[in-house]
Amino acid sequence: MIELDDVVVTAYRPDPAGGPDQVVRLLGSVSLRLDERRVAVVGANGSGKSTLARLLNGLVLPSAGAVRVDGLDTATDGPAVRRRVGFVFTDPDAQLVMPTPLEDVALSLRRVEPDPDAREALARSALARVGLADHAELPVHVLSGGQKQLLALTSVLAVEPDVLVCDEPTTLLDLRWRRTVDALLDRLPQRVVVVTHDLDAAARADRVLVVHDGTVVHDGDPGGAIARYRELMADETSPLPMTDACARRPTRP
Amino acid sequence: MSGPLRPRWAGPLGLHHPGTSVVHRASPGLKLGVLAAAGLALALVRGPFPALVALALAVAVQGVARVPWHRTARAATGVLALALLLGAYQWWARGWAVAVETAADLVALVVLASVVTATTRADALLDTVARAARPLRHVGLPPETVALVCGLVLRTVPVLVQDAAEARDAARARGLDRSVRATVVPAAVRMVGHARVTGDALAARGVGEPTEDRRADAGGSTVRA
Repeated sequence: MIELDDVVVTAYRPDPAGGPDQVVRLLGSVSLRLDERRVAVVGANGSGKSTLARLLNGLVLPSAGAVRVDGLDTATDGPAVRRRVGFVFTDPDAQLVMPTPLEDVALSLRRVEPDPDAREALARSALARVGLADHAELPVHVLSGGQKQLLALTSVLAVEPDVLVCDEPTTLLDLRWRRTVDALLDRLPQRVVVVTHDLDAAARADRVLVVHDGTVVHDGDPGGAIARYRELMADETSPLPMTDACARRPTRP
Repeated sequence: MSGPLRPRWAGPLGLHHPGTSVVHRASPGLKLGVLAAAGLALALVRGPFPALVALALAVAVQGVARVPWHRTARAATGVLALALLLGAYQWWARGWAVAVETAADLVALVVLASVVTATTRADALLDTVARAARPLRHVGLPPETVALVCGLVLRTVPVLVQDAAEARDAARARGLDRSVRATVVPAAVRMVGHARVTGDALAARGVGEPTEDRRADAGGSTVRA
């Protein structure tokens, strides 16, 4: 069970006028109990979705309130929480830290398997399960974006976390790789919390949270949540001031 | 016609090439020790002839390790170009003997370092460095973290090369081909951004983190955005 009790996250932001940094509220107050197998989080860019996701792994600590995973507080039991909660980022390049796929998966396994030979066997087996066995010894930087994201997922899943949190894992992928990653996420035995802009993926979740301006404005089944999200986006004015002056080609002085 | 495109980075550093040669079978500690000793010897022993002997030995070790030459050829070209530039300057400033010594020392060390990373898994290197770094625990440096830093260097080289290439492409796309500032500043910003996200990713994977209360360490809980 993931519990958020009156959670507020604030951040320092530079003052455009040059004064002292201002404190702004990124999220909150949020109270939730998450125990469904599949939870999706949708919302506009900058709405607070990623902050909410990062709270679940202890990457962001609440400024007020508490986040607990299976009774463990992210503020005081951070390492134990991270052993239970795996986290996958949008950009796989940032989270692959070893030269080859085999070595990257082995890095994750260092904390659970001290024997190097057994570690390598486990890493090869994890790569084989996702169809990357033939790529085990290739340099990470020659893999495609989809292969890198699959590898990032494999590295996180190799240590068998109880919960997987994914922050827009398919945003940078083409349709084929998006389907591949979605299919992998769908068949995982773990509880999965996925932040996404893909409404098809959200529609397959057991529960969907809609985050808007730092608060959860809707929490329920996919149908109602997606309808609410579409309403919110329709109500929003375009961020671009598309006036006639903008559309005209500028004239050179 | 420019031929097939090449990856941004095709250097040998950090690329493991599986094999069964005597160099592959040697312990990572021995290989790192020999590399360190070679570096020290090349710094202390002066003259062009020892440097040329060292270069010949390095090439021989690469041959014994049976690391394919095509894997190292492209990076070697870059290092050779740098060695030639340095050599030319040394020739002009200090004479041919220093020029040959400087260029041969540089190429020999790069070849040896490439052989070490090509014949040793990063995982085994981490184990070795972590063992060697155990005494640092007494001054507050966790050995696993020290080892991880070494592993990160191997992976970070191609990432930084890619960041720089993307920044250069972005500048060219805006017609700023000749602007050094339009390339260097965004490249530096990308690299710092990459470092921050990598730090987050390592923390998310629970790699090398302290076990104590992070809230107390942070000195507060408001996010620095």
